[in-house]
Amino acid sequence: MRSNVGEQFSRVPATDADRAVEGRPTRNEVLSFWEDRYGIPPGVFEAHRFWEKGSGKLWAFSGDAPEGTEVEALGITFLRVRQEHWKPTTDAVQRFGRHATQNVITVDAETARRFIAGEDQPVDWDGEWGYLIVAHELADVREPIGVGLYLHGELRSQIPKGRQRSV
Amino acid sequence: MILERYRGLIDSFDAFRDACDRPLPSVVRVNTLKASIERVERALADGGYAYEQCSWYPELLRLSTDTPGNSWPYVHGWIYGQEEVSALPARVLSPSAGDRVLDACAAPGSKTTQLGALMDDRGTLIANDANLGRLSALRTNAQRCGVTNLIVNSADAQTLSLAPFGGEPFDHALVDVPCSCEGTIRKNPTALEDWDIDHVRGLSGIQRGILRRAIQATRAGGTVVYSTCTFAPEENEAVLDAVLETERCRIVPFETQLDTRPGVTEWEDKTYDQSVENARRIYPHLNDTGGFFCAKLEVTGE
Repeated sequence: MRSNVGEQFSRVPATDADRAVEGRPTRNEVLSFWEDRYGIPPGVFEAHRFWEKGSGKLWAFSGDAPEGTEVEALGITFLRVRQEHWKPTTDAVQRFGRHATQNVITVDAETARRFIAGEDQPVDWDGEWGYLIVAHELADVREPIGVGLYLHGELRSQIPKGRQRSV
Repeated sequence: MILERYRGLIDSFDAFRDACDRPLPSVVRVNTLKASIERVERALADGGYAYEQCSWYPELLRLSTDTPGNSWPYVHGWIYGQEEVSALPARVLSPSAGDRVLDACAAPGSKTTQLGALMDDRGTLIANDANLGRLSALRTNAQRCGVTNLIVNSADAQTLSLAPFGGEPFDHALVDVPCSCEGTIRKNPTALEDWDIDHVRGLSGIQRGILRRAIQATRAGGTVVYSTCTFAPEENEAVLDAVLETERCRIVPFETQLDTRPGVTEWEDKTYDQSVENARRIYPHLNDTGGFFCAKLEVTGE
């Protein structure tokens, strides 16, 4: 098998049988992750192909590009893989998280403000531990803000520094 | 004062000068990839922000705050801070879902994200810029807006290679070039401090190179829109005139509800091709915006 080339974008293979680079997840595995963890049906990603640049960073891209292209970005950063627990990006959650039906914690206005400012805080949650989609009500509809890591009764904001705001 | 050199081009020059001294209203564009105008209006109202819709472009909202970046609609990528008049060129280009579109000088991304929304996030949008620092801002902005049909590329637009995008020509190209930015004086009162005619002439050469390459990279029948935020004919009509001589294209008229003036065919000792009158000049006093220049070119077969 070939190894991953850090400067190039490569398509994520459809299945195990198509896998040319060791350790690269397949499209089916990626779709299963979103469906099993967050209840997002695979059809939501129908227009998107997943690409890898660098080890373990997947991008979701709906346009056309040649295999191995060396550009700065293809679509949006989407999912960090190649670690024990896969981690969705803030951008992926904001773009696709409306379709989630599980492991979504909807927080009140004050908790949402502290979360987007990057703060960790205690929350009431009796579901699974790990990466949750954190959402709030905006204009009367639930809207995902980003990813929070829930451990030991605490919600740890995963909002990147550059996206943190005091709203 | 630099702007005096345009006295002969502008009717009601005093109104022009007065407008240049006034600050600009804060304007955001609704990112329809993530939210409807109605939903944004509701969220802004809930957050205590007053707003007013721009009649020529319903997605543009004039806001009562100078810091829309600290609002929930901004955090969610529902809105993008964009000067009102700078929304014109993408609208004139008017790409369709599924097109292959180049934004030749794309950073920091206001027009790129607007093109992405006009394309309904379908087809392929290529955002190019030579400046890596500014490209980083573009990437952040495009991601926040959820534009997933986007390729971000770093190259000199004058020598852009199509290879990283598969080699096919573009259906449309937006060429919003680096310029002397005279028209941004309301936003940036020091914009003219470093004005220098040699700098303007240097920019004019770069602008020709970028526009030429974009036309060459666009298929016959495709559209190229050229824009600047400056008044200098050297960077506007003179660039169009030079490119008409060497490239397979013509300048075509376009409609807009904004109040505009035609491109000028004479400047100092130069005369330009009559068709540059199809380009539009926008002065700050006409629509209470920044200054702008916009031309629509059709790429011809030969």
